[in-house]
Amino acid sequence: MSSLHLAAAIDHPGVYEAAPYAELALLAEGGALDFVTLGDSFARPGLDALAVAARLAPGTGRIGLVPTVTTTHTEPFHVQAAVATLDWVSHGRAGWVVEVSETEAQARLFGRRRAEAPEQLWQEAGEFADVAARLWDSWEDDAEIRDVPTGRFIDRDKLHYVDFEGRAFSVRGPSIVPRPPQGHPVTVVDATDPWAREAAARHADVALVRSPSLTRADAARAELRGLATRFGRDPDTLRVFASLVVDLGGGEYAAEPGHGGGPLPTAEGPAYRGGPVDLAELIADWHRAGAVDGFHLTPVEPRRDLERLVNGTVALLQHRGLFRTFYPGSTLREHLGLARPANRYAALAGEPS
Amino acid sequence: MTERTPGKQIHLAAHFPGVNSTTVWTDPRSRSHIDFSSFQHLARTAERGLFDFFFLAEGLRLREHKGRIHDLDVVGRPEALTVLTALAAVTERLGLAGTVNATFNEPYELARRLASLDHLSAGRAAWNVVTTSDAFTGENFRRGGYLDLAERYTRAAEFLATARELWDSWTPDGRQRPFAHHGRHFAIEGEFTVPRSPQGHPVVIQAGDSPEGREFAASAADIIFTRHGTLEAGREFYADVKGRLAAYGRDPDDLLIMPGVSYVLGDTAAEAQEKAAEIRRKQVSPQNAILALEQVWGVDLSAYDPDGPLPDIDPDPGSELVQGRVKITDPFAVAAKWRALSEAKGLSIRQTVIETTARQSFIGTPDAVAAELAEFVARDAADGFILVPHLTPGGLDDFVDRVVPLLQERGVYRTEYRGATLRSHLGLREPAGKG
Repeated sequence: MSSLHLAAAIDHPGVYEAAPYAELALLAEGGALDFVTLGDSFARPGLDALAVAARLAPGTGRIGLVPTVTTTHTEPFHVQAAVATLDWVSHGRAGWVVEVSETEAQARLFGRRRAEAPEQLWQEAGEFADVAARLWDSWEDDAEIRDVPTGRFIDRDKLHYVDFEGRAFSVRGPSIVPRPPQGHPVTVVDATDPWAREAAARHADVALVRSPSLTRADAARAELRGLATRFGRDPDTLRVFASLVVDLGGGEYAAEPGHGGGPLPTAEGPAYRGGPVDLAELIADWHRAGAVDGFHLTPVEPRRDLERLVNGTVALLQHRGLFRTFYPGSTLREHLGLARPANRYAALAGEPS
Repeated sequence: MTERTPGKQIHLAAHFPGVNSTTVWTDPRSRSHIDFSSFQHLARTAERGLFDFFFLAEGLRLREHKGRIHDLDVVGRPEALTVLTALAAVTERLGLAGTVNATFNEPYELARRLASLDHLSAGRAAWNVVTTSDAFTGENFRRGGYLDLAERYTRAAEFLATARELWDSWTPDGRQRPFAHHGRHFAIEGEFTVPRSPQGHPVVIQAGDSPEGREFAASAADIIFTRHGTLEAGREFYADVKGRLAAYGRDPDDLLIMPGVSYVLGDTAAEAQEKAAEIRRKQVSPQNAILALEQVWGVDLSAYDPDGPLPDIDPDPGSELVQGRVKITDPFAVAAKWRALSEAKGLSIRQTVIETTARQSFIGTPDAVAAELAEFVARDAADGFILVPHLTPGGLDDFVDRVVPLLQERGVYRTEYRGATLRSHLGLREPAGKG
């Protein structure tokens, strides 16, 4: 059985200062969670998620920081630079949730294009993730040479133009930012929407699926791994997490004995309501059955539910030896058991010409 | 002795050095230009020195020389707003200023990122508005393409006005109101996602010396970042720009003039001069001297000896030899000036380049430098300075340890931060908003 991975959303609606986010991130880090996510959209009140993640980086030490970044109205060149920079300021703990903006209301905030069908937006998101990864490779790791005799700060043969031509944009490159510590920050895609599934299978390190049952999660994982294989990937380089909204609020919502009923469908996706112990039970069952590699949990009440999750559910899983009690590595890739990607251009340069 | 009246107060800011030949990366004390620890060190040093703000430039395309990536200067840097937001976690009072291009961004997204930095730093954000015209940079962006000089400034002005409409779209008591902007460059509407920040709007900086740039700054900026290194040039610029404010219904104190300056300290004047000469030699290596010459001439001069005389051939004004740098508008005039200087003083190529490009603003003992800085401000050649150190990240240590206390003794520099926001450090009013 593969290692169990855990992630939590630390969204805090209506909060525009750093301290409450920092408190939640440290709480999650105390539970040795793989990463925390910060949701984002141009359509609802809230700060820029990547900015919040950057603000959390210096005050945390191990937890992965994974903001949502939309790919529809933004520039791939700016976004890859910002995500790479999040990786630099966090010493290798950055990821990003690739998202699209589907509504006409969001299109009007930019005034550059009309709303498009999700199929097209996700195709563009796939290209976006692709060019980001190329730009992260556009500097080889040892491009900075500081060679005093020749006066050269960099070896320009180790910098590469990406010359990407997609349907919606083209980018020449190279990036302005040297290759980030993880090589590629971790790419996360919510693969619940069928249109997002191909982009997830091609580009994601972690795919999230909002599945209400063990069987459905298992089927989604099998499908994603099959697609990844078809696209020429080793499916073991893709982690599939079940996404659940969790409500661990005590007496008022007394836990039903066991979690027999399982999560219930809500507007925000499948929601688990009960006690921390039953949630640990559910996590252990789904993971033992091989239906998922991990869980992404969104607390309905951030402060209360995250605390119950860490001090109840996680503590129990640790006690039973199902979840780590400390971080053996320091980067998010290390937490996830994912290798640092080889640089595609370095590999080409190494071939005999 | 009569009691000294406190003079006009000096404002200080710190520029993180990078991506130019000012930065002496060959110095053994030079550290990473990308690791967060370097940014943290320089920012904390600036905060220890009670500086108004920390300033970070940006780049959107690696420079090229003769069709290849320029490899002699420090190159590669993080994305400005992300580093500044992380610095908000390790500083408490220091303003955090980033250069962000108004040509290759969109008002809604950028206004939101800046407002987020302003909230996450509790009112310490600043934006240095710059523009780009060239298709070379555009090759990295969706719209691509070229924008001529006039369009660049009208777009920047409308961009800034639009950003301010967005920042004003929430009431001070936290209610969200819809906005609509329909102008020449932008037609956008909806709801902004971020409330007003503790300082109302991020502080706006404008860098530029052209008449268009001065006018833009006079009409819309809070700070103008200039390059006037002499007292006379500074006084002239100061009077000109401050004189333009009234036409926009603004007070002279609504715009601060802060030249970017370098400095070299020594225990004696002679030692400081010696150190300064050594730094200039390091900034202009033989390779860099030829390259600087090629930037003016626009032709391959690699066959010339850096220790020999200047070429007697004419510059090529249509040259695309250098990409990604500010273009020299009249290369014939610059070449003629350089030749005249070289002949008059008997200077080699490298010596000429050192004389003309590696200018250092303030050289001397800490006492002499403090006196000179104070004089610049007292005589209205500047309101303060953006210090550009030549070393990363320790380049400000000696200034903060040795010059700042002398400025404080003179009564021309704060001894503590009085307020918490950047606007309060700068003595700027909070924008009124729409109420």
